[in-house]
Amino acid sequence: MAKVKMSKKSTKIDMTAMCDVAFLLLSFFVMTSTAKVPEPLPVDMPASTRETKLPDTDLATITIGDKKVFFGMTGQDLRRDAIGKIAEKYSIQFTEEEVQRFSLIDGFGVPVGNLKQLIALKGEERNKPGLQPGIPYDSLDNQLSEWVLAARYAARDIHGAELKIAIKGDAKEEYPTVKKVIDILQKQKVNKFFLVTGLRSEDF
Amino acid sequence: MAELNTGDGGGKKKGHVRSKKQNAGVDLTAMVDLAFLLITFFMLTTSLSKPQSMNLAMPDKEDKPKDQQQQLDVSEDRTMTLLLGEKNQMVWYYGLPTEPIEGPEKIGYGKNGIRKVILDKKQVVKSKYAGQDPKKQDLIVLIKASKKSTYRNLVDVLDEMAIADVKIYAIVDITPDENAMLEKEGLYTK
Repeated sequence: MAKVKMSKKSTKIDMTAMCDVAFLLLSFFVMTSTAKVPEPLPVDMPASTRETKLPDTDLATITIGDKKVFFGMTGQDLRRDAIGKIAEKYSIQFTEEEVQRFSLIDGFGVPVGNLKQLIALKGEERNKPGLQPGIPYDSLDNQLSEWVLAARYAARDIHGAELKIAIKGDAKEEYPTVKKVIDILQKQKVNKFFLVTGLRSEDF
Repeated sequence: MAELNTGDGGGKKKGHVRSKKQNAGVDLTAMVDLAFLLITFFMLTTSLSKPQSMNLAMPDKEDKPKDQQQQLDVSEDRTMTLLLGEKNQMVWYYGLPTEPIEGPEKIGYGKNGIRKVILDKKQVVKSKYAGQDPKKQDLIVLIKASKKSTYRNLVDVLDEMAIADVKIYAIVDITPDENAMLEKEGLYTK
């Protein structure tokens, strides 16, 4: 019998290509993604089959859940300007540092009087569930309306654009709460808004 | 190939110095490990896709008294009304609330529920007004959400409008008569 000669192969693999791919993917993820920020009021969004994307800029988000209403704006310059207008309206003085800290808050849900305490809190404490009571939006003390108005003026002053408004409601929220918010917007003649939804599979 | 050559390139032979033969490959295993770890980290901590949304345009509110408001005459056999009630169900009727042409009938959401009715009524209106102005061949759907319905119900119905391609629809306030209609079907409790 002839002896079959086994060729001695190295167990090492060339990792160069793998390394290339790994770093390519890594840079892709680093560049395309935005950090997931914890939300002060987590909501379960209803699903829809429509796939219109939300705009990136000049957007205010009104989050509705558990009968509470939270408000958020995109962009630091917009938040700066809006809080300035609110401070003027309610005659509260905010220091430059407070304004700077506020401009980093994505969404909040406290009455204007408690805004200073909220700004003073650390990021992780701020988003504890149940800490923020929501923005008052009844007809006696309609601060939500003031915030929307301030944000609209801010968007117009800074970017010369009309503020877009997104409503992010919890799926189980009862309709009257949503209706109230829509009425507040309609009172300001805002008749177009975006309803933030989740993805739904085709066979609904 | 991918290895760091640490061995001596060769012995000293015959006295003259021979330059070391260096292997250009470096062991990349650790680097690849790190890269994949970071990829995993970024994939898990970021939200890649922007949230989806649905555009909604509400009719302009007029604060004028009733008699000065503009009234648009629409024939009743073009309008269909959906009353959203509790228990994830709704009542629909076709025509006027006082003398509906069809309904009121209790129905659920989704493929086997309201969608069939909407698509059917769309065809009915289209054939009835065939040969007329194409703008007048569309079905008009009025969505009236009661106090007992949830936000999910509203979004579901709006989604249904998109699926069935209903071009004219509006969200309108519910009237006491229609609440009574829902109550009769057991979808509204005070």
